[in-house]
Amino acid sequence: MIKTFIVGYDGTKPSERALEFASKAAKGRGAAVLVVHVLEWSPYSFLTMEEIAERHKLREKEVIRARAVVDPVCERLRTDGLSVSSEVRYGDPAEIMCEIAGKYPDSIIVVGRKGTSNLASRFMGTLGISLIQASPVPVTVVP
Amino acid sequence: MSIFKLGAAIVAALTPALALAQEGGGIDAAINAAVAPVSNFIVSIIFYSVQIGEVSFPLIVGWLITAAAVCSIYFGFIQFRGVKHSLDLVRGRYADPNDAGEVSHFQALTTALSATVGLGNIAGVAVAVSIGGAGATFWMILAGLLGMASKFTECTLGVKFRRENADGTISGGPMYYLSRGFADLGKPGLGRALAAIFSVCCIGGAIGGGNMFQANQAAQQIANVTGGAESFFADKGWLIGLVLAVVVGMVIIGGLKSIAHVTEKIVPFMAAIYVGAGIVIMISNYDKIGWAFGQIVSGAFTGEGVAGGVLGALIQGFKRAAFSNEAGIGSAAIAHSAVRTKEPVTEGFVALLEPFIDTVVICTMTAVVIVVSGTLDSGLTGVELTSAAFATAFPWFPVVLAVAVVLFAFSTMISWSYYGLKATTYLFGENKTVENIYKLFFCICVVIGASMSLGPVIDFSDSMIFAMAIPNVIGLYLLMPVVKRELAQYQAKLASGEIKRFH
Repeated sequence: MIKTFIVGYDGTKPSERALEFASKAAKGRGAAVLVVHVLEWSPYSFLTMEEIAERHKLREKEVIRARAVVDPVCERLRTDGLSVSSEVRYGDPAEIMCEIAGKYPDSIIVVGRKGTSNLASRFMGTLGISLIQASPVPVTVVP
Repeated sequence: MSIFKLGAAIVAALTPALALAQEGGGIDAAINAAVAPVSNFIVSIIFYSVQIGEVSFPLIVGWLITAAAVCSIYFGFIQFRGVKHSLDLVRGRYADPNDAGEVSHFQALTTALSATVGLGNIAGVAVAVSIGGAGATFWMILAGLLGMASKFTECTLGVKFRRENADGTISGGPMYYLSRGFADLGKPGLGRALAAIFSVCCIGGAIGGGNMFQANQAAQQIANVTGGAESFFADKGWLIGLVLAVVVGMVIIGGLKSIAHVTEKIVPFMAAIYVGAGIVIMISNYDKIGWAFGQIVSGAFTGEGVAGGVLGALIQGFKRAAFSNEAGIGSAAIAHSAVRTKEPVTEGFVALLEPFIDTVVICTMTAVVIVVSGTLDSGLTGVELTSAAFATAFPWFPVVLAVAVVLFAFSTMISWSYYGLKATTYLFGENKTVENIYKLFFCICVVIGASMSLGPVIDFSDSMIFAMAIPNVIGLYLLMPVVKRELAQYQAKLASGEIKRFH
């Protein structure tokens, strides 16, 4: 029995498809939807002095921008009668999704895939592939 | 503004500096003649020396090493006790996942290191051993180890007394802990005066050691690899300076971060090549390493063949260590204070690794390579000596070193331009006109620095960097108890589990 659909959502077309798939599936089962927006961030990248001084200010702006992407769709799903929560996090998308999934037993991760059939990008290891390899819960990749 | 327009504007602004030097002889010689008297005057004040036997001992060197020793004792040799905790912090063991997206300790450390690791490690060490003999290395290592404690103290204070601006950015550094910290002690007047002195010296240091010294060594190295005295660039330091100045100007005035990012990506790579080559040379001369360290230790206590004997070696070692790792100078406190952390002491713990990496590891490696290669008696000094030492094993190395020197010089200039800018805004407030005048002047000094011969430049750089230590160290002495309280409450929180490991 799936209780939570964890959806990777960043406002792009593939993530819209993933969200749509997850919300439909959740509705039929009476399950909850958790919308996760990960802002890519590595604590090991190099910053100049000025960037260090401005980092906090920039981070606040980034979070506001991310919220502006996530909150409206959550609101829309809620009016549809779904139980929706959301998280905006910094880090490596695959790592963060796996970590969150670890906290929700009986959950499933749903992510979208760019509609490319390019051989190179298939080999390059997209988010979906990393999740399939590392996720503690089942993963659905929506084409 | 387009890049080209900006470039043209910078060149136009720099022309008067060149025109000033047009009459007679080489342009370089003229700039040299114009600046040397000013430089000599300042040097004579900062490096006021007492005569001990036949050597003169600059009081400022004693001032710094005393401060480092006092900090070491006062904090119970935190640099040895706390090093494990430092590494844990840098590895992110205590990083709260909810703070992801803020500057990490690792980023703070690498950014501060990019400002200190540079020519001091390549050229400065060569100067130290060429004047002070192999024994200077021993004193340099000692000064590096002690310096870890003063760095700990100043960086903790930098965070503790920083100011958060209305727009969410942060301003910190000695000028803020001198003014705000002293106000807490009931000495606001003294604090403001010291903060102002520090700011003036910091602008001077940014222009001296953070700029002219860097430009000078970069120009010299380019001339060397393109054919030495016969090189097209041999007497055209101003030309190299002009090119450097335009690129620096594009970054600091034009805001072209991409250039800075490209170099910052290459700099760690260059550092790795440099350290790697040094290790290879040491391994291939493994039979001489014991002898080299023997020379370093015996030279430190006999001062054989060194002008001024033991004291001569000691002064050179201490001087170059301070110039290279900047402990007690106050510069790193500016960089570290911008980091968002709940506990000021954590930045101190992270910062104390800098003198270790910079001086104890990298500087020592340079010195050992020079001693092992047998080039110490070649009569060379500065970058040329290091270059010759590495060339004994890798004939192509001078070219790599030249590229490294130019990149190191560039990244150090960008970092120091920020320190100088922060001092400027402290003195004059956030004022775009003043900021631009400062930045333009900074670019002009790149040209001047590249044109002067090593002597006056290195003296002037030294004097301005060391001048920063006068107000800063007074601040450290008076504010040390604040750091001790911070340390005690932090350690209590660690022990009680209030601050916990996340990873």
